[in-house]
Amino acid sequence: MMANRIVIDPITRIEGHLRIEVQVQNGKVVDAYSSGTMVRGFELILKGRDPRDAWAFTERACGVCTTVHALASVRTVEDALGIVIPPNAELVRNLMFCAQYMQDHVVHFYHLHALDWVDIVSALKANPNETSRIAQSISNYPKSSPKYFSDLQKKLTAFVNSGQLGIFANGYWGHSAYKLPPEVNLIGVAHYLEALEWQKEIVKIHTIFGGKNPHPNYLVGGAPCSVNIDDANAINAERLAYVGTLLKEAKTFIEQVYIPDLLAVAPYYLDWGGIGGGLENYLVYGDLPTNGYGDVGKFKFPRGAILGRDLSKVHEVDGKDIKQIQEYISHSWYEYSDGNETGKHPWDGETKFNYTGPKPPYDFLNVKEKYSWLKTPRWNGKAMEVGPLARVLVAYASGSKEVQELVNGTLKALKVPVGALFSTLGRTAARGLETILISQWAMEFYDQLISHIKNGDSRMFDNSKWDPSTWPKEAKGVGMTEAPRGALAHWIVIKDEKIDNYQLVVPSTWNASPRDPSGGMSAYESSLIGTPIADPEKPLEVLRTIHSFDPCIACAVHLYDEKGTYVHQVQTF
Amino acid sequence: MEQKPLTIYENMELNGYSRRDFLKFCSWLAAYIGIESSGVGKIVKAMETKPRLPVVWFHFQECTCCSESFIRSSHPIVSDIVLDKISLDYTETLQAAAGHQAEEVLHNTMKKYKGEYLMLVEGSVPTEDDGIYCCIGGRTALDIVQEAAAGAKAVVAWGSCASNGCIQAAKPNPTGATPIKNIISGVPIINVPGCPPIGEVMAGTIVHLLAFDRIPQLDGLGRPKAFYSRRVHDTCYRRPNYDAGLFVESFDDENAKRGYCLYKVGCRGPVTYNACGVMRWNDGVSYPIQSGHGCIGCSEANFWDNGPFYQHLSSFPGFGIETTADDIGVIVGAATVAGMAAHAISTNIRKRSQIREGIKESIEEVNNDKGGE
Repeated sequence: MMANRIVIDPITRIEGHLRIEVQVQNGKVVDAYSSGTMVRGFELILKGRDPRDAWAFTERACGVCTTVHALASVRTVEDALGIVIPPNAELVRNLMFCAQYMQDHVVHFYHLHALDWVDIVSALKANPNETSRIAQSISNYPKSSPKYFSDLQKKLTAFVNSGQLGIFANGYWGHSAYKLPPEVNLIGVAHYLEALEWQKEIVKIHTIFGGKNPHPNYLVGGAPCSVNIDDANAINAERLAYVGTLLKEAKTFIEQVYIPDLLAVAPYYLDWGGIGGGLENYLVYGDLPTNGYGDVGKFKFPRGAILGRDLSKVHEVDGKDIKQIQEYISHSWYEYSDGNETGKHPWDGETKFNYTGPKPPYDFLNVKEKYSWLKTPRWNGKAMEVGPLARVLVAYASGSKEVQELVNGTLKALKVPVGALFSTLGRTAARGLETILISQWAMEFYDQLISHIKNGDSRMFDNSKWDPSTWPKEAKGVGMTEAPRGALAHWIVIKDEKIDNYQLVVPSTWNASPRDPSGGMSAYESSLIGTPIADPEKPLEVLRTIHSFDPCIACAVHLYDEKGTYVHQVQTF
Repeated sequence: MEQKPLTIYENMELNGYSRRDFLKFCSWLAAYIGIESSGVGKIVKAMETKPRLPVVWFHFQECTCCSESFIRSSHPIVSDIVLDKISLDYTETLQAAAGHQAEEVLHNTMKKYKGEYLMLVEGSVPTEDDGIYCCIGGRTALDIVQEAAAGAKAVVAWGSCASNGCIQAAKPNPTGATPIKNIISGVPIINVPGCPPIGEVMAGTIVHLLAFDRIPQLDGLGRPKAFYSRRVHDTCYRRPNYDAGLFVESFDDENAKRGYCLYKVGCRGPVTYNACGVMRWNDGVSYPIQSGHGCIGCSEANFWDNGPFYQHLSSFPGFGIETTADDIGVIVGAATVAGMAAHAISTNIRKRSQIREGIKESIEEVNNDKGGE
């Protein structure tokens, strides 16, 4: 049987536009190529600017995981200039980090990923009484009466009967790969809508500390919001109570809706614990400092790398070791001054466009040559997966008791072996598990902030290095964080008070990059190999794995045969 | 099967909203759009009888912060309306149908509703090197935008990217990022700048088009006057500190803890037209200045190149206009920078009391309406 070339373009809802081309043979994916098709040239724009402004520029790299680039950026500058921020500012940054994760992971689960598993049309056949019984057996969430579900079902029926399916139009409803009973599907639909309502609440934590969301304000040296419990114009008891209420509500939503749904859906898809594993190496920069950003050993998410899925050893990761992290461009539309095959540490990074792809409009990229605007990062020459699964694995292997208990308990409850973690299902489950921990950690950070203020420490900003005249003539820094999608770092070179070089290596670059000079695949490409395709006309399975990385997409897939003739299109949410 | 499209009111009813909810929404809408209370009846009528407006939403060089802001729109009824009540036939972000099939829907809409559909654009369009810096489905953004604009009734340029080019157009603009207004012509364009715009401003702009079937009043830069006719500075609750010469000298100093004016640590409020001071963000929770950081001027053209952000405004182009017009600001008095530059259409400054009155009036309108139901 001839291989079918499937083109997936665009994959949207990320910074930039993503395209995936795969070959399908005998019902399985045999080859895959991932390409970024949009570029803006941030690195070129940042050159010559005030380093203290860089957070605002880089924050605009992504409006979906807003804040994460701002955080990486202020840390990069602080690292270069030797600034240590006050503990309160660290706590505020942690709280904003947690709020971002809770919003982003819930939105991913319900609005980007759930419909790969939940069949909306099947929900029309659900028995509301039975739905209510199931809902109440898995959670104490109060919206669970038969009336609640029958009302929803009526609305859904009227919606479908109107002939205008809106955002649900043309899904793979009825596909043989959907396994949930109608009642569980109806619960999924209900919570899809509930989550859409809830997501705009938790981000108010950003608004309180950073003035707005998306794109709240950050500040090199601390946080811009001052604390004054005796003034209406600062963080006071009312503002703090607001944050506390939002955190409690978020924790409730995660515990009563997100996690029960995840655990209710997973048993129907345990075969996906053996699909989509891909790479065997995982990289985590770590985050959520409990004793300052400088004390890496006390991060809630530990830093480290795992190689060959060997959980008995965690390798040390150093962003400043110029041999560890390097970017290649052998398959990217750039050129390096010293040739195509070399790798460059971001401090020595170069960004010079060199488009050699087909002239638009085109049907296929020339994947044997350069085929993406993403560079290809490697850690000690190895391709690494980043993201929730990597974080959970590194924390597990580093001996985090709370992570180990949570993971072991979940594996036991689902009756699956540890090996099931290295999969599409494992990635999706890891995202949920870390959300539970984050909702708990956020409460700890909140309590600590209150306690500091109670004890008279209201400092939010270190002023000592604010004035550029206090800076050295030349300085280099790296700022690391964990975006919801994975390891994120910025590198800066400051010369004469200005940015001389600035490079971002983002999670999508690790996961979605093209092949390296030796032909090695990155995470997306690798994870798709071997994915079964029950119906080549409707490759739902490809979307499940791609979505499990949270490329944050309303995924759009075009299918073409080898001659470039349109075969079928794929769409899902 | 052809079906008569449901009206907005019918749709809301279908989704479980009461008549009372509906009327409340119309009143709220009236207050946001800034029309007199007598206009509420017109909105009610329009919503009850109008079929859904076909809408297509494009994504080019952007970060999706506009879409995210849009779904933050604080009033559920509003997000409900704009997600489900207009006929959002194409949007890479929110619709299930995508890829070729979405394009099919797009082309059907463009054909069937030629001259009638509303086109929303998020992101700038790269024009260097024949537009190869942004391709979707193998086509350039440049190609796509020109085709779609040809049959649009109107175009809304979401956010600073589509309105002004925003960050990718900052120097040296490596990809030739270009705002929509410089690419298409012959179609009315509404610019809704901001990085991102406030969610309710986005919703309000759409609903204005929907309710009145006409373009909102625009200023000289094509922005809806309702949201962009006042400077952040003029509507800032910290303005009295500015007038009194009370300034934050350094972040987190004693003056910062008292909420003094942020002008000296870098605030673009005096040269930024936006509704942040009035509407605030995320259901009115706060806005940048209230949370201790100066306004970075994200709704203004070229704001990325008017930095550095923490620079004292006295050397900022256009600031001289304000000082002479207002004849206030002890510190700013020395700032005698010429250069009419960006803000030739600087509005007269309203006195705080007048502003307060205006805000009070709109609140009363809403309250009266509630009482009158």
